Amino acid sequence: MPFSTLSSRLQETFRKLRARGKLTEKDVDEALREVRLALLEADVNYLVVKDFIAKIKERAVGHQVLASLSPGQQVVKIVNEELTSLMGGAQSRISLASKPPTVIMMVGLQGSGKTTTSGKLALHFKNKGHRPLLAAADIYRPAAIKQLMVVGEQVNVPVFSMGENKPVDIAKAAVAHGSVHGNDILIIDTAGRLHIDPELMHELEEIKNSVNPHEILLVVDSMTGQEAVNVAAGFDQQLGIDGVILTKLDGDARGGAALSIKAVTGKPIKFAAMSEKMDGLEVFHPDRMASRILGMGDVLSLIEKAEATFSEQRAKELTEKMRRDAFTLEDFREQLAQIKKMGPLDQLLGMIPGMGRSNQMRDLAVDDSHLKRIEAIISSMTVEERRNPDIIGGSRKRRIAAGSGTRVQEVNRLLKQFNQTRQMMKQFSEMEKRGRKGKGGFNLFR
Amino acid sequence: MMLRKLFSRNKRDEKGTAQGVTAQEGSDRETANKTEIPADNSVDVPTQAGLFARLKQGLAKTRTGFVDRIGQLLTGRNIDDSLFDELEEILIQADVGVTTTLELIGRIRQKVETERITDSSQVRELLRAEITALLSRDHRPLALPDHTPAVIMVVGVNGVGKTTTIGKLAYRFKQGHAKVVLGAGDTFRAAAVDQLRVWADRVGADLIAHQEGSDPSAVAFDSVAAAKARQAEFLIVDTAGRLHTKANLMVELGKVYRVAKRELGRELDEVLLVVDATTGQNALSQAKLFKEAVPLTGIVLTKLDGTAKGGIILALANELRLPVKLIGVGEQMWDLQDFDPASFTDALFN
Repeated sequence: MPFSTLSSRLQETFRKLRARGKLTEKDVDEALREVRLALLEADVNYLVVKDFIAKIKERAVGHQVLASLSPGQQVVKIVNEELTSLMGGAQSRISLASKPPTVIMMVGLQGSGKTTTSGKLALHFKNKGHRPLLAAADIYRPAAIKQLMVVGEQVNVPVFSMGENKPVDIAKAAVAHGSVHGNDILIIDTAGRLHIDPELMHELEEIKNSVNPHEILLVVDSMTGQEAVNVAAGFDQQLGIDGVILTKLDGDARGGAALSIKAVTGKPIKFAAMSEKMDGLEVFHPDRMASRILGMGDVLSLIEKAEATFSEQRAKELTEKMRRDAFTLEDFREQLAQIKKMGPLDQLLGMIPGMGRSNQMRDLAVDDSHLKRIEAIISSMTVEERRNPDIIGGSRKRRIAAGSGTRVQEVNRLLKQFNQTRQMMKQFSEMEKRGRKGKGGFNLFR
Repeated sequence: MMLRKLFSRNKRDEKGTAQGVTAQEGSDRETANKTEIPADNSVDVPTQAGLFARLKQGLAKTRTGFVDRIGQLLTGRNIDDSLFDELEEILIQADVGVTTTLELIGRIRQKVETERITDSSQVRELLRAEITALLSRDHRPLALPDHTPAVIMVVGVNGVGKTTTIGKLAYRFKQGHAKVVLGAGDTFRAAAVDQLRVWADRVGADLIAHQEGSDPSAVAFDSVAAAKARQAEFLIVDTAGRLHTKANLMVELGKVYRVAKRELGRELDEVLLVVDATTGQNALSQAKLFKEAVPLTGIVLTKLDGTAKGGIILALANELRLPVKLIGVGEQMWDLQDFDPASFTDALFN
């Protein structure tokens, strides 16, 4: 989960603060010292931290806050607000050209993840109904072109390459190729380079001048340290970047880069990339990320994920089944499969308020293998058994355990849990029948 | 930049991946004697003095960012709290990290007190001494054992420069006329095998590769077997970049190590964690978790020519006691150097 370490430190500090009925200026100072250390350890730029702390202090030490009924809560709120605005306020999107193709140029240091992210971005646009084209302009790193071709194949997006010609020529030819073949988005993958390498930076300028990209996106590794702002500023000054993609956010990097870049360059973070799979790209939501840092959960992202995977129609059917007490193990298995589709469990849990906070949850090491075992058990049952679990006796249990590679105890546990769930659903629907009759209905999925 | 062009011409458009075990015999068939292998790069590359100049040049950004500021700070000032605050700021901005910074400053403060230092410029010498001491504490050079093959495994997160480091290391060994085998253990990332193949061709090393997506442990096994059979002096095993937080991938890495070790019949000589010098405090977390998965013997710090800082070296040495063995200070083949605490600090301060 991104930012986990920073978030746990801040939460601890705020927990102490919340416990106080009354705050003195000294209390605030002490808490802000912790905040400062936490931010610095998270690789937030030193100057940004300094500024940030000063701002919060100015607001927090004001009379209304200290005199209010829940001063701790107030300070948390201020930190949250400032954190959000630090990361760029509202989210910003990719601007598409009025006259296609929209040309997007990917730039960045070596190893920041440009090629993989180019593929992810192409898939992102393809899923939105666009016809993207990838262009391989990294002629320096061995096998970089091949890598982009493989990535293009994975997401089923065409890749334009011209071997090791001059990158400027490749870019120009790619634009022409895209126009002819009806591609409305062109993503140019350039070679990684240092922002202090004049020769290679000049090459980027040449590409920029010849194809007039609508978006120049800087790809930044979220594990970057204090240097992140210098890199961003360097690329920005010489090229004029339009936004940033933050990569490798599925590690435990505390993401100071995210906090600093916008503050120092004024350029927004547009996407967050995680996982090595091609669908691991999310639109960056600064407000949600700020909540995540403070452990306030990211319910919005969770709901969006759920909405993307569960079809409303199916959800209604299931709800209806539950009400009629006709919910079977088959439905249960289907639900599990859908939850798995939403992403790794630990990432989902991190989005639920309070979940990130408890250390117990973190030590629990929620892994998807548990889900797999449950699925295996259900899959080893006959259709009849799934529809009517009550018929499962001792010998059937032994067969199921053997078939799924589990033990009878595990089968028992699953059956018990399932029965409890069914009981609970029954109670819910009865409560609801008594409550607001005939209205919309109890909806578990939304 | 000439070299870059030269390289790209050498680049081969390999179609598809090799099937089974592919071996490419290097052009250099001389059977080199182990003892002849020089520790430094002596053939057609810069001389010792030249190397030092390159190191200094590579670190130029570090120096202007870091040491110049310290120089400005420490001339003609009173030694007071605000001076230490500013020193703290500079160190933290150099990615030294809060913990290590506070420890360093604490020690300097103490010395200033006990030795009754009043001249602020002496604080610079104190800092230099502390940094050298910290970097020297656990320093050990790259192991060049008497037995063959010497086996080096290279691990790290994505995009830190593992494959490039292996290429440069192979080049260095080839300069000593050693027989080098490379194991293409990154079977995951698209075209990673091809990338290593280009390097193998460039420096004239043998490459052991399987198909993309195959089991990296099997590659490790075959690489060790081939290195033994061909009586190679060096085997360098590449691995796929992985985030240290992915438990299953770390387990896989542990298995690759165990399989290589079993086939070799002893512990590997070096397990090097490659760390990108632009990385911040996350490098500590990386080192910690990789160390739990495989017995790390040292760190390779890459891309030191780009970063304005490089202080993460101090945090790694202080908190994890992992020695830095090699540093990458440029893009040329010979820009991979043995890490020497004294000359590193000298390059920083002179």
